Amino acid sequence: MDNHPWIPNSTDDVKRKIMEKLGISSIDELFKDIPDKARIERTEWDRLEIGFGKPISEIEAKRYINGLLEKNKVFDPPPFMGGGSYPHYVPAIVKYIVSRGEFLTAYTPYQPEVSQGLMQALFEYQSLMAELLDMDVVNASMYDGASALAEALLMSIRVKRRKKVLIPRNINPFYREVAETYLEPHSVKIEYIPYDRRTGLIDLEELASKLDRETAAVFIQNPNFFGLIEENALDISDYTHKHDALFIVGVDPLSLGLIKPPGELEADIAIGEGQPLGLGMNYGGPYLGIFAVRYDMKLIRQMPGRIIGLTTTVDGSERGFAMILQTREQHIRREKATSNICTNEALSAIAAAVYLSLLGSDGIRELAELIYYRSHYAYELFKRNGFKVDIFEADFFKEFPVNFNGLGISYGEIHEKLLEKNLHGGLYIREWYPELGETALFAFTELHNVSDIEYLIESLKSIVGV
Amino acid sequence: MRFRQAKWSEPLVFELSSKGRRGFIVPSIEEKVKSIVGGIKIPKKIRREKSPKLPNLSEVDVIRHYTRLTEMSYGIDNGPVPLGSCTMKYNPRIAAEITSDRRITDLHPLQDQRTIQGLLKIMYLLQKWLALITGMDYCTLHPAAGAHGELTGVLIIRKYHKIKGQLNYKREIIVPDSAHGTNPASASMAGFRVVEVPSAPNGSVDIQALRSVVGRETAGLMITNPNTLGLFEENILEIADLIHGVDGLLYYDGANLNGIMGYTRPGDMGFDIAHINIHKTFGAPHGGGGPGAGPICVKDKIVDHEKNISLKDLLPGYIVIYDEKKNMYRLEKPKHSIGLLKAFFGNTIPLLWGFIYILMLGSKGLRKVTEYAVLNTNYFMKLMENVRGYSLEYGEDRFRKHEIVISAKNLAEETGVTAEDIAKGILDKGFYAPTIYFPLIVKEALMIEFTESESIENIERYAEILKEISEIAYSEPDKARSWPVNTSVKRIDNVRANHPRTLAPTWRVYLKKKNGLL
Ligand SMILES: Cc1ncc(COP(=O)(O)O)c(C=O)c1O
Repeated sequence: MDNHPWIPNSTDDVKRKIMEKLGISSIDELFKDIPDKARIERTEWDRLEIGFGKPISEIEAKRYINGLLEKNKVFDPPPFMGGGSYPHYVPAIVKYIVSRGEFLTAYTPYQPEVSQGLMQALFEYQSLMAELLDMDVVNASMYDGASALAEALLMSIRVKRRKKVLIPRNINPFYREVAETYLEPHSVKIEYIPYDRRTGLIDLEELASKLDRETAAVFIQNPNFFGLIEENALDISDYTHKHDALFIVGVDPLSLGLIKPPGELEADIAIGEGQPLGLGMNYGGPYLGIFAVRYDMKLIRQMPGRIIGLTTTVDGSERGFAMILQTREQHIRREKATSNICTNEALSAIAAAVYLSLLGSDGIRELAELIYYRSHYAYELFKRNGFKVDIFEADFFKEFPVNFNGLGISYGEIHEKLLEKNLHGGLYIREWYPELGETALFAFTELHNVSDIEYLIESLKSIVGV
Repeated sequence: MRFRQAKWSEPLVFELSSKGRRGFIVPSIEEKVKSIVGGIKIPKKIRREKSPKLPNLSEVDVIRHYTRLTEMSYGIDNGPVPLGSCTMKYNPRIAAEITSDRRITDLHPLQDQRTIQGLLKIMYLLQKWLALITGMDYCTLHPAAGAHGELTGVLIIRKYHKIKGQLNYKREIIVPDSAHGTNPASASMAGFRVVEVPSAPNGSVDIQALRSVVGRETAGLMITNPNTLGLFEENILEIADLIHGVDGLLYYDGANLNGIMGYTRPGDMGFDIAHINIHKTFGAPHGGGGPGAGPICVKDKIVDHEKNISLKDLLPGYIVIYDEKKNMYRLEKPKHSIGLLKAFFGNTIPLLWGFIYILMLGSKGLRKVTEYAVLNTNYFMKLMENVRGYSLEYGEDRFRKHEIVISAKNLAEETGVTAEDIAKGILDKGFYAPTIYFPLIVKEALMIEFTESESIENIERYAEILKEISEIAYSEPDKARSWPVNTSVKRIDNVRANHPRTLAPTWRVYLKKKNGLL
């Protein structure tokens, strides 16, 4: 059997025909320009243990992979864990639309006339996201929320020509690490602002003392890593603008059904992780990096990433869509481009567009309320059962820290015992916040119903014996 | 075959909105929950008062709207997409099914590693296979795309020189003029100066020119082989010696791996670092622009003898390790890692897609992929010989590998019909256009890559279409400027799209401008 279903020309007849046309008697003649020393011999290559060495059938592959997937555990209820990725419901229609081959198997729409549907969907993503964020300009996606933050910081350095950025310590530590990686080559000073131990929010005095005329940008994440709502965001925005720095706001898009959007906070740049909008947790990716700016050509021209714009046909007879402001991008500007990004997360953006279209303005608010209520219900139950949840005073959305100090049991042991009960508990955060001791962040979404929450609390009670 | 793309004149989702319609039921909040929680306590100063202006549609409206949009889109499932450099091959559907399994999509990235042993084994094998395919020693699956891998690679180069205490003068990354734009862009994102070297008439890097720029300041060279002309860099070993001679590192842009699998490997050619585009060579779909995955593989080259640091210790992200004693897989962060480039492990779904692709082909199947990709390219080259208006600018007498770049310079000069016009003419015939105007060193470039997925009939038809276009160009050139006519819309106005006055990156900006508010 020499012919393969994915290689239509792999029949003897066609192969012979092509080789005759090329005037070659062996395929190896096409590779003669590879120097001997750089060559891998056929026998050696064949011996490499890649896959099973030779093609296998779909039936065999399916069975093999199924055997492997058996060793993954799906938790029902889903993990009570967030930290930047959250179990949320993905509506059937979202999955269906992004599995359609016309979208799934398309390339970046270099030829707009034959890709209008794809471009309209991406334009709709940008436009829907713009409404959710209350920002005017949104790009067609970045890799994820963390890299979107890193690019926003790089952008503010370009725009402001200053070399210092302020980042609160209470943002997602993975975002911090990614920002450090991206900024390292540019000798940028990252100053971390402590959080107020009482509220859990950004310490405003510390912020004021660090903010100066050297500062290119101030970032806040709202809700912050602890799930707390940064209620002083408008004041921070004012301070920041008084020092002529850019204000960057990071969001959980689902929280925007309840919380003031970046636009109302007068953010210059908004970033976020779009995973909650119709994407699975997918063990870390693909996700959706949200990137938006206010309508100011100085900012727009420095944006990273692709942008789809609304236009018309040349004859002006009808509406059309085009990739715009491409002179910012690597394929034209090369080393002077605003970013190196090429392949992005377009399909995730389309998923988010379908998701937001389904939810609509009421749905997004109702869902945010449901998540708010569910997580607060969990908080109340924790509290009533003697768990320490009032570590911080600020209100929260979707997740909050629970402290297990002084119970004679480590969070690691608690986690083990929860696993035995088929539950996956919260995220242990000691690695990043040793000052909080045995603390874990617990997250609650629309997928954790009342009995799931009660079962978690009961289980925890029996484990720690309170 | 005649082609007519669907045309729906579909309104924007905002224009389909109808007050009070609902596309999704959010479960109602239980009375018990309401009474215990009491109410929403978010301080007023941070509470959203105005609901976002999202449209309100029924579920039926939504599915029809987006289905119609898909009908005005074109992917590999619709027909050939021979975009050069993009390796648009068939994306095996079996992988779509497996990657949507709950046992993948419902895994939290910070979930206890003992509960994801199946996935970790998959990723462990993928790391191993990619190392074998590229002839390198260690891989990370962390980067989200090719360019993300490039940035990773140049940050590794940076750290290599930093640890060696020579970053103060290792300031330059050399890039051939035929390189993809992401190469120089990545190098400058990592803080390097970019030095461009020209190509020689045979399409390879001009060795003399390279010699003249390589020196003490050279931190590394980024190059793809076969290059973007589809030509193999015959002098690659000499190039590697030159770069290594000044303690620079050699970076392999893996976008063109489809042209060499089973014949040579970056590791065999002397490369120190390589990225792989899973969404090109290994069958993961492009999703209309992404997601992808861009693993990075390195040689186990010594960085610091005394401290026992090698390149593998600089890798970013999380490496899957097999712990023999415990018989389990776990994640490890390399000890001198350049850091994270995104949150969490990597783009798991495209990675799994690549795993399935490699699993189902095996070593022998992968070599066959390359053989047919290369046979297809050269067959097409033969068919295009002596077609009026088209020519090969570099290495005319050489076989290509995975792709070919044809210049329509003569056609453009003689008839005024440009590469762009040609592209639109191809769309009218129901095929996707080539990559045009890239690489930059070829005038009126048509860059074509059929991959192993295209049949001889489609390749012959493609050549015929180019011939027909040439005939029309010489007989009725004006006609070409009206193309396309069979797509859902006619030619798009890019000037209007980019003009500051009409620039409309979102619907709200369009409306604001229309109403004189912006
Ligand atoms: C030669 C080459 N290098 C690098 C890239 C960048 O890869 P990606 O789009 O995955 O970021 C591409 C593809 O776009 C390419 O064709």
